[in-house]
Amino acid sequence: MAFASLQEILTYMEEKSVPFWEAILMEDMAERGVSREDSMKKMLDTWQAMLHASDSYEPQRKSASGLTGGQGSLMEQYCQAGQTLCGPFIGQVITEALKTAESNACMKRIVAAPTAGASGVLPAVLLPCYREHGVSDEQIAQAMYTAAGIGQVIAARASVSGAAGGCQAEIGSASAMAAGALVSLKGGSGKQITHAAAMALKNLLGLVCDPVAGLVEVPCVKRNVVGAVNAMSCADLALAGIESRIPPDQVIDAMREVGDRMDSSLRETGKGGLAATPAGQAVQAPGSFHL
Amino acid sequence: MNIFDILGPVMVGPSSSHTAGAVRIGYAARKLLQDKPVSAKIGLHGSFADTGTGHGTDRALVAGLLGMKPDDTRIPDSFQIAARQGLSFSFETVQLKEAHPNTAILTLRGESGRCLEIQAASIGGGRIMIRKLDGIEISFSLEKPTLIVNNEDKPGYVARVAALLSEEQINIASMQLYRNHKTGHAIMVLETDQRVSEAAVSALAGSEGILKAAYFNSEEV
Ligand code: SF4
Repeated sequence: MAFASLQEILTYMEEKSVPFWEAILMEDMAERGVSREDSMKKMLDTWQAMLHASDSYEPQRKSASGLTGGQGSLMEQYCQAGQTLCGPFIGQVITEALKTAESNACMKRIVAAPTAGASGVLPAVLLPCYREHGVSDEQIAQAMYTAAGIGQVIAARASVSGAAGGCQAEIGSASAMAAGALVSLKGGSGKQITHAAAMALKNLLGLVCDPVAGLVEVPCVKRNVVGAVNAMSCADLALAGIESRIPPDQVIDAMREVGDRMDSSLRETGKGGLAATPAGQAVQAPGSFHL
Repeated sequence: MNIFDILGPVMVGPSSSHTAGAVRIGYAARKLLQDKPVSAKIGLHGSFADTGTGHGTDRALVAGLLGMKPDDTRIPDSFQIAARQGLSFSFETVQLKEAHPNTAILTLRGESGRCLEIQAASIGGGRIMIRKLDGIEISFSLEKPTLIVNNEDKPGYVARVAALLSEEQINIASMQLYRNHKTGHAIMVLETDQRVSEAAVSALAGSEGILKAAYFNSEEV
C-alpha cells in the first residue's frame, strides 16, 4: 500500500535501513507487482522522456491559441550573454522550466509531474544537475523516486489537481517534489527531504488556479519557473539545516484545507483571478465549439 | 495512485484531462467498436466544448480513434492522418444532462459495418470513465483488465461467462450488470485480476445470444 504520510516513509526507512528513494521503489514493486529491474527501467524511461522533451524544444513553435512559445529560447539567449542576475545555473533552471512548459502548451510530448500544467518544474531542476554536475542517470532516477513518493503522499492527503485544490496543488506539489528530489540528489537525510518539500509547499500555499481562457498557458508556463526556483532555494535551506516549523504532513493537510476553502472561480474554471482580468477576458479560446 | 500516475503519464500536452484523457476515450471507443472506424460523429460537452480546440481535445479524440496512445507525437496531425486512413469525422457541441464537464459522446461506424455509441468522461490526470454504451448507462474505468459483454437479457448468461472465466483460471475482481428494457439487451462489465486470452474473448463473442464481447487490457494505454 502507498504511504499515507511522509512520516510513514521516514519510519519505513528506519525499519528497513533504506534511503528515501528505495522505500518508494519497494512500495512500487509491491503496489504494481513488478520486479526491481522493471520498476527502475520504467523510471529511467520516464527520465529519458523528460530529457527528450528538452532536447526537442522548438523555439519557433507556437501554441494553438498563440499565447505561448519561444520564451525558453529568449531566456537561453539572455543567459548565454552572461549578464543574468540569477547566475548561470539558475538561468538554466529557468530556461528548462520554460522549455518544457511551452512544449506542453504546444502539444509536444512531456511527462506530467504531477500534472501536465506543472510538467516543467521537476525537469527544470534535474536537467541542469545532470548536465552540469555530472550526475548519472541512475542518480536522477533515484531522485525521481523521491519526488514521486512525495507527490503520492500529497495526492493521498490533499490533491494534485488545480480543479480540486488550485495551483498550489499543481505547481506547489511539483515544487515540493522537486525540492525533495534535489535534497535526495545531494545526499541529504530523509528528514531534510521532507522539510525541503514542506518549505516549498508552504511558500506556494494559497496559489490559485486561474488559467486565461481555460488554457494551460497563462499563467501556467511562467509558474513553472517559480516552482523550480522555489524548489532550488528550499532544497538549499533544508541542506543548510533549516527546518519547517510546521511538520511536513501538517503542511500538506493545510494545503488541502486551503484548497477546500478556495472559491470555485479560482479552481481551473477560468472565471477568476488573471482569467477574469479585462486582458484575460479578451483572449478567446481558439475555435470554441460554440459557433 | 501508483508512482507513475504521479510521474506520468508521458503524454502529448497540454492537458492530462483535455488531451491525454481524450486520446484514451478515442482509443477505448475504437477497442470497444472492435473494428476500424470509418465514420465518427463526436459531441463535446461542457469544458470539452468550451476549451477543446485550445487543448487539442478534438485532435486527441481523433488520434485515439486511429489507435494512437496519449504519448504519440502524431496526435497534433491526427486530422490529416484520419483523412489518409479513410476516417471521416464531425464535431458538434452537445448539452448533456448531469454529465461530467469533460464528456464526449461518440457515434461510430466501422469498416465492417459495426456500430457503437459511447459516452465517456475524462475525470482528471488522464483517467477516464465510460458512462454509456449503446444507450445503456454504465460506469467503468478500464484501469483493470476489463471484459465487456453485450448479450440478450435472458437467464443464464452470467453463469456462462463466469464458467468460461473460471475454466481459464481467471479471478473476477468486480462485476456489474446493466440492462436496457427497451432493447432487451444487457451489458456485463467484469474486471479481472488476470488477463483474458484472445481465444476466450472470441469464443465468447461467437456464442449464441452474445451480441458483442470486447476486452480491454489495462496496461494498453
Ligand atoms: S494555473 Fe491552473 S492550469 Fe495553470 S498550472 Fe496552475 S493549476 Fe495548472
